[in-house]
Amino acid sequence: MATRSQIPLIFEHSSRGRRGYRYPALDVPETALDELIPAEHQRQQPPQLPEVSEVEVVRHFTGLSRLNHGVDVGFYPLGSCTMKYNPKVNEDCARMSGYMHLHPYQPAETVQGALALMHRLQSYLSDLAGLHETTLQPAAGAHGELTGLMIMRAFHKANGEDGMRKEMIIPDSAHGTNPASAKMVNYQVREVPSDDRGGVDVDALRAMVGPQTAGLMLTNPNTLGLFDENICEIQKIIHEAGGLLYYDGANANAIMGYVRAGDMGFDIVHFNLHKTFSTPHGGGGPGSGPIAVSQRLAPFLPEPIVAEQHGEFFFKRPSQSIGRVKSFYGNFGVLVRAYAYIRSLGEQGLKDVSETAVLHANYLMRNLQPYYELPYDRHCMHEFVLSGSRQKAHGVRTMDVAKRLLDYGVHAPTVYFPLNVEESIMVEPTETETLTTLDTFIGAMKEIAREAEESPDVVCNAPYETPVRRLDEAQAARKPILRWTPEH
Amino acid sequence: MRYIPTTQEERERMLAALGIQSLEELFQAIPSHIRSDPSRVLPEPLAESQLLRHMQELASQNQDTQALVSFMGAGAYDHLIPAVVNHVTQRGEFLTAYTPYQAEISQGVLQAIFEFQTLIAELTGMDAANASMYDGATALAEACLMACNAARRQKVVLPATLHPEWIDVVKLYLESQDIHVEILPFDGEAGTVDLTALTDDLGSDAACVVAPYPNFFGLLEPVEELSQWIHDRKGLFVMAVDPVAMGLLQSPGAVGADIVVGDGQPLGNAMAYGGPSFGFFACRGTKLVRRMPGRIVGQTQDLDGKRGFVLTMQTREQHIRREKATSNICSNQALNALAGAVHLCVLGPEGLREAAYQCLQKATYLKQCLKDIGIKTAFSAPSFREFVAAADVNWAEVNKRLLEYGFLGGLPLGQYHEDLDSCVLLSVTEARTKEEIDRFVHVLGGLC
Repeated sequence: MATRSQIPLIFEHSSRGRRGYRYPALDVPETALDELIPAEHQRQQPPQLPEVSEVEVVRHFTGLSRLNHGVDVGFYPLGSCTMKYNPKVNEDCARMSGYMHLHPYQPAETVQGALALMHRLQSYLSDLAGLHETTLQPAAGAHGELTGLMIMRAFHKANGEDGMRKEMIIPDSAHGTNPASAKMVNYQVREVPSDDRGGVDVDALRAMVGPQTAGLMLTNPNTLGLFDENICEIQKIIHEAGGLLYYDGANANAIMGYVRAGDMGFDIVHFNLHKTFSTPHGGGGPGSGPIAVSQRLAPFLPEPIVAEQHGEFFFKRPSQSIGRVKSFYGNFGVLVRAYAYIRSLGEQGLKDVSETAVLHANYLMRNLQPYYELPYDRHCMHEFVLSGSRQKAHGVRTMDVAKRLLDYGVHAPTVYFPLNVEESIMVEPTETETLTTLDTFIGAMKEIAREAEESPDVVCNAPYETPVRRLDEAQAARKPILRWTPEH
Repeated sequence: MRYIPTTQEERERMLAALGIQSLEELFQAIPSHIRSDPSRVLPEPLAESQLLRHMQELASQNQDTQALVSFMGAGAYDHLIPAVVNHVTQRGEFLTAYTPYQAEISQGVLQAIFEFQTLIAELTGMDAANASMYDGATALAEACLMACNAARRQKVVLPATLHPEWIDVVKLYLESQDIHVEILPFDGEAGTVDLTALTDDLGSDAACVVAPYPNFFGLLEPVEELSQWIHDRKGLFVMAVDPVAMGLLQSPGAVGADIVVGDGQPLGNAMAYGGPSFGFFACRGTKLVRRMPGRIVGQTQDLDGKRGFVLTMQTREQHIRREKATSNICSNQALNALAGAVHLCVLGPEGLREAAYQCLQKATYLKQCLKDIGIKTAFSAPSFREFVAAADVNWAEVNKRLLEYGFLGGLPLGQYHEDLDSCVLLSVTEARTKEEIDRFVHVLGGLC
């Protein structure tokens, strides 16, 4: 890591009267401000923005960037997040003026290229989902979930069943967004347990469904990185009860070219373009979470979707549309990158992605198995979950292992998730890493396992080599300081 | 293979280490009868040079606002973007990081968000802001949900002068939770909310009233009256503000707003056909802060007592609280928020005021010029960067002709309000020059 010295806040650089950007002089005749804006609408206190020069801004943010780990910096095996390489050429594509400088309300005849791109992306994603129609509007995976559940509710309502279908079934291994999204459409969450192979407990599921069932949200492969072999049985149980199946596509990187969610029986699927389709995560966004749906749900999609007739592209409103989930048409700039990625790889390339991601994950898993507890001993898909229970016996918690990894220049895996594994460590290497990187990671994990036995304190007090040492999260939450003020 | 570094030899070594013959064995859990058929849709792969040519070809089928002179606004604005913004956001360490879960190696993003939160709190006059939302419309929807939870009421009052797409989004979010939405009509002369419609009946069980500032027509709503009215009835005052206007217009904090949201596109983000931009979200007081949706960064210290930053108050969030979370939001728009922060930093308070002042003056100039050629302003309330012009023409047709002259005209309003068939919403930012405005007026004069 670059530096151990503290970087002042940009506000602490401020000098009265300094500026980093100048506008050209006003070239129209001026009207007195008071004639245009009544006094009660004029700001009394200007906002206290920093007063800094351009070079200070550049150095400040360059300095900050050097405190940050990213895929461009090193290995990032953050389970469930698919931190694969983000191709640079896609950035160049998204920055082409013909994509970047378009107004969303331009007449359709001036944006045929943008609409064609969206239309093709809709059809690629529908095809990859094995479903009928796709909307590109949702801004993130969780937003896709919300949109999907709104569609589900609209479908039940159209069938006169909204009043009775109030329950959303969600596995205990699910992402937190699943129950949170269900709550956003007023569904009651019912949790179905996992069986001893890590899949949905089919008997428990059967006992749970009924006329009150709105649907099931499922990730497959699930958050344990395991493909649920009973998927056909599961979909039958839900559909026979009159419910719908929602596919959380967070783990789609495992199955491209092998199986499609629609063929598993799912009715609604979201894709995370920022995971599977390599668009950069940007420090927490922008993402994009398009959803694909089956034919019977297509009329309920949010408006607008892109349609084509005689080679002309235009927006249309699906006949029973739920409405809008976002302004305009989704995170278009992210769509451009994902489109470029799919065009670069093609069908075979996407299959190779999944194959290699799965191979890499299994290779890591089997090499780490001697040192960490592996709760489900079977082939994994693109990620796997270890338990830190052996290390815990020495007083070393999973969080300590994660922090020690940072000293090796590696971003830690996802920890303490999924919730149904004690001290869980969820590793997703992705397809874009070299074997050398995988072996180096194995070496680091092995070394940490040894330290945990021989000198647990070393692990418990890690990290040592990072820009800051372990941070006091409890203090941050107890006495929140959420903004700079001159006193702090 | 593209972006996959693994060689055939390494592949075989890994298979051998796993003790398996073929990759297929790893996929045996997938039942054979549901396996994918070959696609009829997915294309053949393109090499980098082919991809660039293809992407350029598609892009050239669009007429961008570098080529067209734009007078279109309505939620997406052609503002100047300082060159440094793009250079900062292209730093791979920012671009290719995820949500800062491991704070010790994410201080760059965390400190940048902490600074962003401070900038937004300053702009809005609020106590705290979060790390950003998807966009302005979803930020407003979440603000209304938060108000309902805080006030323990199930009704929200939205003005008809809110952006029509924002109304759609907010209604969908609220009605999904069975919350009632009342639309407040506007005064046909002023173009702002009809204050006579503010009855006791409407307000007594409302969780909040929303004030867009400026509103969809570019006009300044009577925010003090709305604030007073809702507070007298124990509801919350929610403002949806334009961030550039904050350089000149009254601070929401000063008029008593409880929650302030907005869309950050005008701050350093290209229009990009409508996204990505970012939503900002700020509120007053420590109680409301704990009800905020989304990521929040807080200051703390490390083992050595050194200042550092972490994600905080996470017990509000979905990964901890699951169905009891304040929202399902997980990803936000961090990189766009970073662009907004850099933009505000290089501008400073004077630069922001200048941007707002130039928008106001240039929009006023266009208004005057149109008046001189007989095109009237439709509403009487004071305006900021946008205004509604009225003339007895088919604006969609006029816009088509304008395109021939290289102009992107305003937004015809007939599609939103029947009575506004003769109206068009025009926007003038600091990026427009007097010469462009004069030429626009000249051409328009010939078409109307």
